[in-house]
This record gives sequence, structure tokens and C-alpha cells, in this order.
Amino acid sequence: MAVQRADSRASVDTRELLPALPLAVLFLLSFLVPLLMLIFVSLFRTPQFDEMGADQYVRFLSDGFNLQVLLDTLALGVEVATLTLVLAYPLGLVYVAAGPLARTLITFLILLPLLTSTVVRTFAWIVILGREGIVNSAMLGLGLWHEPARLLYSWGGLVIALAQIQLPLMALPVINSLLRINEDLLKAAKGLGAGRLRVFLTLILPLTMPGAIAGWLLVFAAAVTAFITQTLVGGGRIILMPLYIYQQAMGVQDWPFSAALSLIFTVAVVGIVTLVGTLSRRFMRGVDAA
Amino acid sequence: MRRNLGDLIYVILVGGLAGLTMLLLLAPTLVVLIISFTAGITLKFPPPGWSTRWYAELLNSAEIIRPAVTSLKVAGLATMGAAILGTAGSLGIARSSHRLARILDALFMSPMVLPAMAFGLSLLMVFNLVGIRLSIATLVLGHIIVCVPFVIRMVGAQLQQLDPQLVNCSLSLGAGRWYTFRRITLPLIRRGIVASCFVAFLSSFDNVPVSLFLADARTEVLPIKLWAILEGSLDVRVAAVSGVIVIATLAGLVLAERLGGLNRQIESR
Repeated sequence: MAVQRADSRASVDTRELLPALPLAVLFLLSFLVPLLMLIFVSLFRTPQFDEMGADQYVRFLSDGFNLQVLLDTLALGVEVATLTLVLAYPLGLVYVAAGPLARTLITFLILLPLLTSTVVRTFAWIVILGREGIVNSAMLGLGLWHEPARLLYSWGGLVIALAQIQLPLMALPVINSLLRINEDLLKAAKGLGAGRLRVFLTLILPLTMPGAIAGWLLVFAAAVTAFITQTLVGGGRIILMPLYIYQQAMGVQDWPFSAALSLIFTVAVVGIVTLVGTLSRRFMRGVDAA
Repeated sequence: MRRNLGDLIYVILVGGLAGLTMLLLLAPTLVVLIISFTAGITLKFPPPGWSTRWYAELLNSAEIIRPAVTSLKVAGLATMGAAILGTAGSLGIARSSHRLARILDALFMSPMVLPAMAFGLSLLMVFNLVGIRLSIATLVLGHIIVCVPFVIRMVGAQLQQLDPQLVNCSLSLGAGRWYTFRRITLPLIRRGIVASCFVAFLSSFDNVPVSLFLADARTEVLPIKLWAILEGSLDVRVAAVSGVIVIATLAGLVLAERLGGLNRQIESR
């Protein structure tokens, strides 16, 4: 009797899931199957699909160029995410201190780039960094530079442009966690004579770490995969994983190698995001306990 | 005294950096709008003179208008598909304590975590190997998958807040499941659906990693077309397209705010 009841409850539970069935089927056929196919394709030795073997992975690891492309891409993500972190905190601190009107204004400023298309934002940076662009015009006009500098198609230009483009992904979680800080803590610290910098370093920064790490991971993942910005602001001479995958798949038509490249890239990105997320959670639990 | 000086330096530093950041957030959008009204034929800044010639030029550029129409069509269909399937999916899993529900939730959210280029490439390989020709339908299919996570998150959040007693009351008073959904659940989660439609539409309209592999000559979409133009030359018409996109997005934002209170959705994230 008891067994039967447990059984019927389980079947009711499963029937609850029924509305999700069409979506589940769709994801199975056009998400999971393709990703499994990607693994399968990467295990062929040649683009002619004649023999199977791990050749593509050996090829990736044995050529220094491939590893350099992967490392450059990951380094770009780290640099961009860290720069957005430095920019987001002052903005968040001003947001928290501001009145309702200024807060609405800052919210609008943060959402503005989030809502305009990536190509448009990238295009703006071409205008800003170009040979006749804003920075060059201003510097030449002020007589600080004697000839236009090459800002477009440079690594530094790419980092700054990507940081601006992905800044909202960092600003939103940082502001969210700044708003959650108990104000009495800050008052107590001030009352006990702590300067503002000390309050920031010993209270605000540790308390907002979860938001900062969440934002850092979002920006990192977005920056390493930002195909449009990487190719247009970075130019053809800076080769990063997304462009490399695209070239191998659509240009050279080497499907096994491009499949292997995508899988290696996916594992690297998801791996770093998971690792940083897990490590930081463990670290913060340690802080809580102390 | 020394502490006051330290505080002052801190305030100036934070204020200065915040000001710089706000300028950085605003400048690109402003720059695009300004340069789109240039009279010149290059992206020289400041513009040598003012005109609306590039907007006029745009009206005569079939090779830009066609991809723009395709993009609108694809984004509309993908949003509709993602909204219907995603809302149904949310209804199934959001309130369920079944173990399978959590697995499905992770599955439906995974397009957000995985680099989308790998997904685009893999879908292309499947279509090729199975022998399905690329078309609007295959492109929409790819876009639906990347749009679904927004619907699952936003509609799911609304369903979590829904009082289950309302649904139970309706059912026990004799209303059917479909009637209860239409009259009770749907009106209560409308905000979430509208907001997620807005975000899904934008992300489909802006999608590159999937379209890069699934759009061919006949189904060329706007972001890929603009990318191809900018790869070749720094065409000023792109500025005019950008101007149109910025203004249309702002109008859409106001509309979505009226319909669904988008602001609250974003702030609650």
C-alpha cells in the first residue's frame, strides 16, 4: 500500500514536467546531439573522414602556434575582466552614495551599452581609435603627439574597447552586492576612526567579493569569445581562438581540426570559470569561518 | 588631520575614476550618433560638416536593407519560438521538486555557459552530415536555443513568486488546466514573458556566433553583413545603420518598460 502510494506520487511529479517535454526534445536533438557530434568529428584523422584517431589533439599540442593562440585568448580575458573590475568599483561606490535621480542616470548609462548591438559598440571604437579618430585628433590638436599613433589593430586598443563593451556585466553584480552591505558596519568602522581607504579595503572589498567574482567570470567568458570586437578592433594580425576556429572551419574547411579547436577552447573557458568559481567560494567560506 | 587628507585623496580618486567610467559608458553611443551625421566620406572626428546623406544613402542600399529585414524576421520568429517553448518549459520545471527538473534546468541554461561558437559550428556539421540545407528555418532553430535561457530565467523567477494556492484554488473549483493557465498563471507571469521577449529579441538580432556558421548568402543577417563591410573598408553607412539601431533599441526599451516593467526585471537580477 505504502509502496503504491509512493509510486503514484512519483508519477504525478513526472507528469508535472510534461510542459517541458517539447523543449527537452528540441534541446536533445539540436543541442546535445550536435555537441556529441562535435566530439565525434574531432576524432577523425583527416578532413576526408577516412580514419579515426586523436591526431587533431596531438596536432594542437605539438605546434607552439596553437598554444600561443589559446594562451593569448585567455590572457585577453584576464586583462579585460581585471580592467572592468577597476572601473566598476568607483562607479558602484558613487552609485551607492548618490541620490535617486543620479542613481537612475547611472543605471541608464550602464544599460545603454548593454542594449546597443555589439557591432555598433565595436564600430564606435573604430571611430574613437582610428587614424583620424577622436584620440588621435585630440592628441595632435593639443600638440602632444606629432604623428597619429596606431591605436586601432593594437592589443592595448583591443583591451580598452572590450573592457568598455563588457563593463555592464561587471557593474551590475558589483552594484548589487554594494547595495547589500549593512550600513551599520560602515558607520561603526568610521566611528572607530577608520579612514575611507581602510574601510574600503577591509570591509567593502571583502563583503562585495562574491559580486566582483561573478562579474569577473561573466566578463572573462564574454571577452574571450567576442569574435566581432576581436577581429575588427584587434585586426587580422592578432589571431585569437574564435577567429582561428572560424578560419579553420569556413576558410580551410578542416572540420576535424576546427571541431577539436572548439572543444579545447570550450573546455579551457568552462574549466577556468568553474575553477575560479569553486576556489573563490571555498576561500570565502574560510573567511566566514574566521 | 592626516586622516582627513587621506579621505580627501580617496574621494577625489574614486570620484575621478567614476567620472571617467561614466564618460566611457556614454561616449561610444554618442560618438556613433555624431559620426552618423557627418558630411565627410571618412570616419574623421570631429566631422568636417553635417548632413543626413548617409541615412539617405542607406535607403538606396538594398545590400544592407535585405540583411536587416532577414535579421528582424529571424529575431521575431526565434523570440516567438523561445517564448512559447521556454514558458512551457518553465511551467514544467520551475516549481517541481523532481530530480529531473533540476537536470532539465541545467540543460536549458547551458547555452549561456558554453561558448556559442562551438554550438554554431556543431549545428552546421549536423545539418551538413544529415543533409539538411541551410535556410531561415535552420537559422531560427539555432537562435531559439541561444534565446531560451533568458526565458527560462525570467519567467522562472516570476513563477517562483507565484502563490501556488491561486492555481490550486482554480483547479479545485473545477477550472481545467488550460483555463487556469490562461486566466490565472499567464496574467501573473506576463511581465516576465514580455521582458524576456525583449532581451531574447535583442540577443537574436545581435547574435554573431551562431549566425556566423548558419547564415549563408541567401539568409545573410545584419550583424554579419556589417562585420563583413567593416572588415573590407571603414564604410560610413555603418554609422547610419548604427544610428537607426540605437534609436530603435531605445524606443523598444520604452515600449517594453510600459508593457512589462523591464527596469524591475534588470534590477532584480
